[in-house]
Amino acid sequence: MAVNRRKFLKIAGVSVLAFGAKPATDALAITPKEWLDKQLEGFSIPEFLLHFMHKPAGSQPAEALTATRWAMVVNVRMLDEEIAEACAEACHRIHNVPHIENPKREIKWIWHDEFEHVFPGQQHEYIDENLKKMPFLVLCNHCFNPPCCRVCPTKATFKRESDGVVMMDMHRCIGCRFCMAACPFGARSFNWVDPRKYIKEEEQVPEYPTRTIGVVEKCQFCAERLAKGQMPACVEVAQEICRRKGKEPALVFGDLDDPDSEVRQVLRSHYSIRRKPELGTHPNVYYVV
Amino acid sequence: MLEKAFIGGRKYWIWMGCLLVVMGAGFISWLYQFQEGLGVTGMSRDISWGVYIANFTFLVGVAAAAVMVVIPYYIHHYKAFGRITILAEFLGVAAVLMCLLFIIVDLGNPVRALNVLLHPTPNSILFWDMVVLNGYLFLNIFIGWNVLMAERKGSPPPSWLKPFIYLSIPWAISIHTVTAFLYAGLPGRHFWLTAILAARFLSSAFAAGPAMLILFCLIVRKTTRFDPGKEQIRTLAGIVTYAMILNVFFFLLECFTAFYSQIPGHMHTIQYLFAGLHGHTGLVPWMWTSAFFWVVSLILLIVPAARRADDVLAVACVAVFIGCWIDKGVGLVIGGFIPNPLEHVTEYVATLPEVLITLGVWATGFFVMSALYKVAITVKEEIGA
Amino acid sequence: MYDGGKILAGIIIGLILLTFPIWWTHGSAPPRPEVKLPEKEKKCVEDGAYMKRKHMQLLDLWRDSVVRVGKRSFVSYDNKKYDMSLQNTCMSANCHAKKTEFCDRCHNYTGVVPYCWDCHIPPKEEPAEKPEEQH
Repeated sequence: MAVNRRKFLKIAGVSVLAFGAKPATDALAITPKEWLDKQLEGFSIPEFLLHFMHKPAGSQPAEALTATRWAMVVNVRMLDEEIAEACAEACHRIHNVPHIENPKREIKWIWHDEFEHVFPGQQHEYIDENLKKMPFLVLCNHCFNPPCCRVCPTKATFKRESDGVVMMDMHRCIGCRFCMAACPFGARSFNWVDPRKYIKEEEQVPEYPTRTIGVVEKCQFCAERLAKGQMPACVEVAQEICRRKGKEPALVFGDLDDPDSEVRQVLRSHYSIRRKPELGTHPNVYYVV
Repeated sequence: MLEKAFIGGRKYWIWMGCLLVVMGAGFISWLYQFQEGLGVTGMSRDISWGVYIANFTFLVGVAAAAVMVVIPYYIHHYKAFGRITILAEFLGVAAVLMCLLFIIVDLGNPVRALNVLLHPTPNSILFWDMVVLNGYLFLNIFIGWNVLMAERKGSPPPSWLKPFIYLSIPWAISIHTVTAFLYAGLPGRHFWLTAILAARFLSSAFAAGPAMLILFCLIVRKTTRFDPGKEQIRTLAGIVTYAMILNVFFFLLECFTAFYSQIPGHMHTIQYLFAGLHGHTGLVPWMWTSAFFWVVSLILLIVPAARRADDVLAVACVAVFIGCWIDKGVGLVIGGFIPNPLEHVTEYVATLPEVLITLGVWATGFFVMSALYKVAITVKEEIGA
Repeated sequence: MYDGGKILAGIIIGLILLTFPIWWTHGSAPPRPEVKLPEKEKKCVEDGAYMKRKHMQLLDLWRDSVVRVGKRSFVSYDNKKYDMSLQNTCMSANCHAKKTEFCDRCHNYTGVVPYCWDCHIPPKEEPAEKPEEQH
């Protein structure tokens, strides 16, 4: 029989459909319509769109602390080594931040450095010795105009509309590290290696996740604690130690948009500076020097 | 026409075989990196982009350089370039492919790469980089293939191809401008925060790209029956010369602004690169080597007798390539991270897996380019060009 | 047909290979996975049938709400309030605290390897029975 290729394929295709339909449906013991209905069960277009439009599924818990512009004031004169170390230790512990010895791979959300490094361009030869040696706490500034969020190609890091916190969505980060290049404050760390290898199992805090290889992380103003009505860990620790030592609190946290908040009161009564203000990022971490 | 890439002599297959070996080594290294994380590279918290992005930046420039052949031919009707536009376009294809591969091997989470498409972010330059690079890849393959097909049939390219060709010209400029914008808009990095960065990128691209094209033309002349042409190579050499002069000039402009203003932020990186900062001198030998190659290339290119002698020109092109690669890749990308935002200096040295992966990607680019060139040259030989 | 014999032989071998999983394992499929439901809590955050089909979509919605919007309080279908958290709500001590007896049972059966637990810390379990293949 002289059949050309095209004709053969057409006949073959039709035969498969014709002969295959009944055995296939018999095997499934279900009609095509029933099968289709089963797939669409529970599926609704509004729900599908909801998934992509990120409409909030929930609400704020009653006990949450709310603000429209969270900010922190670091009263540097009250800081000392003990407070600085305690803040970093508390933050890193409750967030399962791995402890990596190699400084090239280290991950730090909050740490301390000297004046000339935190405020390059402000230092001079005749600076007060105390100020020179003071441990300035350094963390993400949760800028009002964050360049890191501007450059992120997936909005994995973004400024939260509701409260101004610059958040990390660890599920979305592709690890391009553009945000790390963009941050003028060196606040971000990348998981170069598997962080779980550097967290001792007994020190793991089960309430908070760890991160995986290949995502960027940084301070998130303890958003999970704020939701429970608690102050960020560093603030709580610093205030506790300062109370014990009879000092004014070294860290103050609150809503910049609320004129009666603690942060606004401190800023009204003290002179304050911010890191690299000339870059226009409007950091929300202020330093009272 | 692709079947022509599968027919070749002994030398062709030995060359492709060697490339496949290097590609294999690179791939295995990448699997190791995928498993263990980017910690196997020399990158660090302070130097978060290393040799991958450095090569990416350099190769975007090379890809853009195809426009230096397209503009004279299609806009100014410089007929001579008609012989080599296909070579330039296929070089562009291979270069863009390498760029995309370098991005992928640099990602911390490559399996999530599609997030860039699922969550488009127009305010991010990386998003636009992805758009223009992929667009350029498509344009060059599409245009190159159709022009070659038409040439093989002995007819002029179809008229509906013209809009794409005209589009490819500003598109080529855009790929490198967008890549420069990746750097030039970051407020924390003073070495990059300069308007002239895009101009520097383009001039260095238009020097290194055509220089590579000249080298490939000379190799094609030696190894195949197709001669790209004396006049074509001479014109390309002229283009490389002017681009190199501009490139060096722009760099010296940067040095003037930095050192005459005496502003620390501007000076520090150049100091680190050429003299060392706080005792760290890791990149000093590299930069002076680059400067040496730049000077050599300028002399060999500017002196007409040297530029016209093909073997001296080849040396000049190699010098341009090495000088520009070091300056753009090592100097610019690594240097931009030093000193870090807190004025500390961390140095960077590439590790073995990193180097193997880099070589693997280069080999992939050369592999694709060799296959495409094989197709193009075979067609040209067939029609007796 | 040119080379007819080889083509037919090839088609037959191809069909045999293509249908290999069906005729080789016919009748010997492993039993359906039995998940161990929590003892104390009888109601989940959503109705059981819905959770079976849609737990991943729910978790995605929760993630976006917690991380991207900042709202963590979820009201379930029977008007109970929950904190939206995989580790602290779904896998709390009263609920699906044993990953190997709940989550892994279906995931292993279907060959799904979700990477949730690369980050989210599952509650510690004593290895009571022989744990199934963990990935």
